[in-house]
Amino acid sequence: MKPAPFAYVAARTTDEVVDQLARHGQDARILAGGQSLVRLMNTRLAVPAVLIDINGVGELDRIDGRDGRVVIGALTRQRTSELSDVVRGGAPLLAEAGALVAHPSVRSRGTVVGSVCFADPGAELPTALLALDGEIVARSVRGERVVPADDFFVDANETSLEPDEFAVEIRVPATDGARVGSAFLELSRRHGELPVCGVAATVALDDAGRLSDVRIALGSVAGRPVRARQAEASLTGARPSADGIAEAARLAAADLTPHSNSHGSSAYRKHLAIVLTQRALTRAIARADGGQPDA
Amino acid sequence: MPEKTHITVTVNGTQHEALVEPRTLLSDFLRDTLGLKGTHVGCEQGVCGACTVLVEGGSTRACLLFAVQVNGRSVETVESLARADGTLHPIQQAFTECHGLQCGFCTAGMLMAATELLAVNPTPQPEDVRFAMSGNLCRCTGYQNIVESVCRAGELMSRAHTYATPEQEVRA
Repeated sequence: MKPAPFAYVAARTTDEVVDQLARHGQDARILAGGQSLVRLMNTRLAVPAVLIDINGVGELDRIDGRDGRVVIGALTRQRTSELSDVVRGGAPLLAEAGALVAHPSVRSRGTVVGSVCFADPGAELPTALLALDGEIVARSVRGERVVPADDFFVDANETSLEPDEFAVEIRVPATDGARVGSAFLELSRRHGELPVCGVAATVALDDAGRLSDVRIALGSVAGRPVRARQAEASLTGARPSADGIAEAARLAAADLTPHSNSHGSSAYRKHLAIVLTQRALTRAIARADGGQPDA
Repeated sequence: MPEKTHITVTVNGTQHEALVEPRTLLSDFLRDTLGLKGTHVGCEQGVCGACTVLVEGGSTRACLLFAVQVNGRSVETVESLARADGTLHPIQQAFTECHGLQCGFCTAGMLMAATELLAVNPTPQPEDVRFAMSGNLCRCTGYQNIVESVCRAGELMSRAHTYATPEQEVRA
């Protein structure tokens, strides 16, 4: 099928984008990489009256690794991010998760921030962003606000962005590399497809070899990516052990009631949540311990 | 009906000017406005990769891009590969030699994805090909021969490193 008619605005500056959004609000959609939006428009699942194309807004195409954080602008392509030294060094989990998104020719166009805003409950980048305690910077004519990832994801394809706001960038705290490790693991039916379940884990080891700053996020097990807070707490302060990891994995899945569909039953997703959490934690800890380099 | 937009786009080295409706997909613009029917439209929702073209050298699905978005940019389609006299590009030659196609519907997209890969990795191993071209579906060949074809194309191209595409000849 073909997309329904729409008015097209090629924005040149961020100010122009927010002005247009203030004018059109809910009738407008932001066009960045278009790898999800245009697919929905072609099948008429999305019928926006106005498309605000941000591909000409050069200031949004940036990766910045200063001041202890990694910043990725709204126009940075997934492929650029995944191959960026700044991202690989400061947020290796984002690079590892990014390499699992779809296929190279999709990632060469699709944007990191676009995937976050599309908020598919199984998508790799939102799950990784949640595990990284990332933030989304939302801008409108009313000003700018910083939204923690945990407050950003509401439900499937639903975020806390207001109709007149758009996400200009995401920020994650940069790892200093010292005894910090992360891992992203997923199972998908076919290479490049959304995972049946995906798990992001990041850990740090203190001077005494105890786990600190354990963060675990799971995708495709609820309407939005979720943190496994109980599992995180169970490991914090403990020395890494196989039993501790197994117990944390059990806790991570304990309260989940995942959906069933043709890709996997609820019980299977729950099983995957346990197995993948166990493996992701094991790998993250090994990386923190210098056993394996990060992605 | 929203008003049409004037665009200037360079396709296969030739500059074109056109008035397009915003909703016109690049795939339809190439086929219907420019008459370049080499780009095939399969699923029209970004899944199959049959419509893969290069925009500024990067492979992308022409069905997920609006023609207005390539205003001021350069696009390469499968028609850019063979010379005007019909001499096949080494990638096409390799697909012929290794039986890299059967019905041919996916082939244009495969060739363009391979073009991008070979530009950055002139002698790819089978796993490199599988990684780079995972987004292109073929319902006939079982992929074995496609992977062989792309590896063979790498051999042909490094052997005939003097080969120039028609566009390069024009520039020279």
